Amino acid sequence: MSDYTKMWESLGLDLKGHDALLSVLGNAYSDIFLSQKNRPEGMKYFDFVMSEVHGLRIKELMDAKAQGRNVIGSYCVFVPEELVLAVDGVAVGLCAGAEFNFEGAETLLPRNTCSLIKSAFGFKLGKVCPYLEACDIVVGENTCDGKKKAYEILAPLVKDLYIMDLPQTKSEMGKALLKEEYRRFIAKLEKVSGKKVTAASLKKAVEIVNAKRKAVKRLAAIRAADPAPISGLDALLVNQVFFHDDPARFTDSVNKLCDELELRVKKGTGVFPKGTTRVVVSGCPMAVPNWKVPVLIESSKAVIVGEESCVGERGTRWLTEVKGNTVDELLDAITDRYFNIDCAVFTPNPSRVDYVKEMTKKLHAQGVIHYSLQFCQPYIMESGPFEKELETSGIPTLRLETDYSQEDAGQLKTRIEAFVERLKKK
Amino acid sequence: MRCAGIDIGSCTIKLAVLENGKLVLSRTSVTSHNPLETARDLMDGAVFDVITATGYGRHLIKGHLACPAISEITAFVLGARFFPDRCGSILDIGGQDTKAISLDNEGNLCKFEMNDRCAAGTGRFLEVMATQLGFTLEEFSAAALSAKRAEKINSMCTVFAESEVVSLITQGAKRNEVALGIHKAIVSRSAGLLKRVAPPRGKIFFAGGVAMNDCVRILLENEMGRPVVVPPDPQIVGAIGAALSASEDA
Repeated sequence: MSDYTKMWESLGLDLKGHDALLSVLGNAYSDIFLSQKNRPEGMKYFDFVMSEVHGLRIKELMDAKAQGRNVIGSYCVFVPEELVLAVDGVAVGLCAGAEFNFEGAETLLPRNTCSLIKSAFGFKLGKVCPYLEACDIVVGENTCDGKKKAYEILAPLVKDLYIMDLPQTKSEMGKALLKEEYRRFIAKLEKVSGKKVTAASLKKAVEIVNAKRKAVKRLAAIRAADPAPISGLDALLVNQVFFHDDPARFTDSVNKLCDELELRVKKGTGVFPKGTTRVVVSGCPMAVPNWKVPVLIESSKAVIVGEESCVGERGTRWLTEVKGNTVDELLDAITDRYFNIDCAVFTPNPSRVDYVKEMTKKLHAQGVIHYSLQFCQPYIMESGPFEKELETSGIPTLRLETDYSQEDAGQLKTRIEAFVERLKKK
Repeated sequence: MRCAGIDIGSCTIKLAVLENGKLVLSRTSVTSHNPLETARDLMDGAVFDVITATGYGRHLIKGHLACPAISEITAFVLGARFFPDRCGSILDIGGQDTKAISLDNEGNLCKFEMNDRCAAGTGRFLEVMATQLGFTLEEFSAAALSAKRAEKINSMCTVFAESEVVSLITQGAKRNEVALGIHKAIVSRSAGLLKRVAPPRGKIFFAGGVAMNDCVRILLENEMGRPVVVPPDPQIVGAIGAALSASEDA
C-alpha cells in the first residue's frame, strides 16, 4: 500500500484518529469478510476497493479535483448522481456506519439521535473522513426531522452545505417540488463547476448511472438461486461500494462478479448449503462499516437474499427512462425515477411493504427481518403496520431496533436465532 | 436413552435429564462469575447420552462440549409441551430478560417478543427492589399481597426505580404498598409484551424464576383475564426444552 500520509494531511485529517479508525476497520473487515467460506473470486475487486477505501480512491478524487472536476457528497439516495455527472463531477455517498467519536457528536447533538447522524458528526468532528473533507459541495436533504435539523448544525462545519428540500407525499405537487429542487440543484452545480448541463451531458450521465443500477439489479436477481451463490454480507458490501466507487469501473466489476455467480448457479454451487433458511432484510440503510446485523444473521444458520434499503433495492431498483431531447424533458424522466423511491418519510408509503412481499416471493425467502436504527422515527413508526401486514400475508417478520454499538449483540443473536428456528419449522 | 438439556441463564444454570419421557434429574445452581465452571459442576455425575444447550451462555459451552445449541425461545416452546396444560401463550421472566411467546393450536411457535436491551422489569429488577425494601424474595411477594393499595412506580429502569422507591419511603409510604406497586409495574410490562404477540386466547404458561412469585402470578391473571399455569419448577422449563430437542435430534 502506498503512503497516503501527505494526502491525508493536506485534507486536514487527524492522523492519529484516522489510523485508529483504519486499523479497527481493517480488522473488522478481515474477521467478517475474509473469513467467509466459498467466496466468489469476483469479490477480490471489492476487497481491494475496501483496502484502499481511504487511499487510492481518495487519490482518484484528488486527481479529479486537480483536473478541475468537483466532488459532490450527499447523504441520501434522493440526490441524483446523474446531475453531478452531467457537470463532470464525482458523486460520493457520505453516510457513516461506525460508532466513532460519539462523545464528540454529543457535544452538538442530543443523545437521542440516530447512529447514522451521530456517526456523520463523529467523523466530521474527529476529522477522519477524507471523502467529506474532499467535497466541494455537501448536499443535505430534508428527509427525516433528525437529518433536517442536523444539517443546520453541520452547515458551519463544512465548506459549502447545500440544502435540498424533498416532498413528503406522492402527489402532483410533491413531484413538482422535486423537479424544481432538481432544477435548482443543477443551477448550483453549474455555478460551482462553471460547466453547463446539456441534453447530451445529461443523457450520457443517465446512461452511466443506469448501467450501474442494471448491474446491481442483475446481482439482486441472481440471489434468487438456492444455494445462495453469494453471501448477504458480500452483496451488501457491493451495494455499499456503489456509493463511492468510480461508476464505470464499479459496473464492470459487478458484471464480472455476476458472470461468475451465474456459472455457480448453473453448477448448483453456493456459499451456504442448499436449503439454508433465507431472509430478506428491510429498513434503515447500512453504511460502511455497519455490518452488525448481517453478521448476526449469517452466523445464525440463515442467509440474507435481499436488502430492501437505501443501500440495496430501494436505492437501485428503478432505472431512468432515457427519453427526451432537452434538459427539461430528461429532467422529467429523472424526476419520475426518483419520485418512485419509497422512503418512510413519505406518507402514506404503501409501495414499500408491497415490494417487500414481492421480494420475498421472487427471492424465495421464508421471512423478513425489519431493521430500524434506534431513534429513526419514520422507520420505527412504519415497522408496526409493516410487520402486521406481512404477518397477515403469511410472511413471518422479526422487528429489530438497534444502533451501532455492540452491547445488545447477545440479545439480538437470541432473537435472530429464535426467528430462524421459527422459519425452519415452517 | 437419557437426554439432557442445560440452560445457562444470567442468574442461574439449570440441568434437566429425561428418560422415557420422564424427568429423572433436575439441578439448579447460581451462575456465578464463571458460568463454564458452574455448568461443569452441575453436570458432574449426571448420566446422559446426548445434551443440548440453551440460555444466554449456550454458545459459551459449545466450544467445550460437543453439543448443539438452541435459542431460549425454542427451548421454552418445547419445554412447555412437556407439561399437561395446553396453553396459548408462554411468558418467561428470567434474570435479565422477559419473553412473551404465542403458540398455535399444535403448540408451535407463532410469534415472540423480548424486552429491549436492558433488564428493566425482569427478575433482576425484582431482586434489587426487594433488597432495597429489606425483604427476602419470599417476604417480598407476601408483603405485596398483603397491601390494600399500591404506590405507583413509574420507572421500569432498575436504577431509576430504585431512586423512586427511596423517595417514596422517605415520604413515609408503606413498605408493603411500595412492594405491590413494584409487582404491578412488572406485570403491566409483561402483559404489554403478551398482548403484542398473541390474540387473547387460551391459558398462559408462566415460566422462569419470577413465576415462583405468587403476587406476580395473581396480578398477571387479573390483568390478562386468562388462567395462568405455573409448572411445579418453573425455572427448569428451558432445560427440559433443550433436553427434548436433544432427544428429537438423537
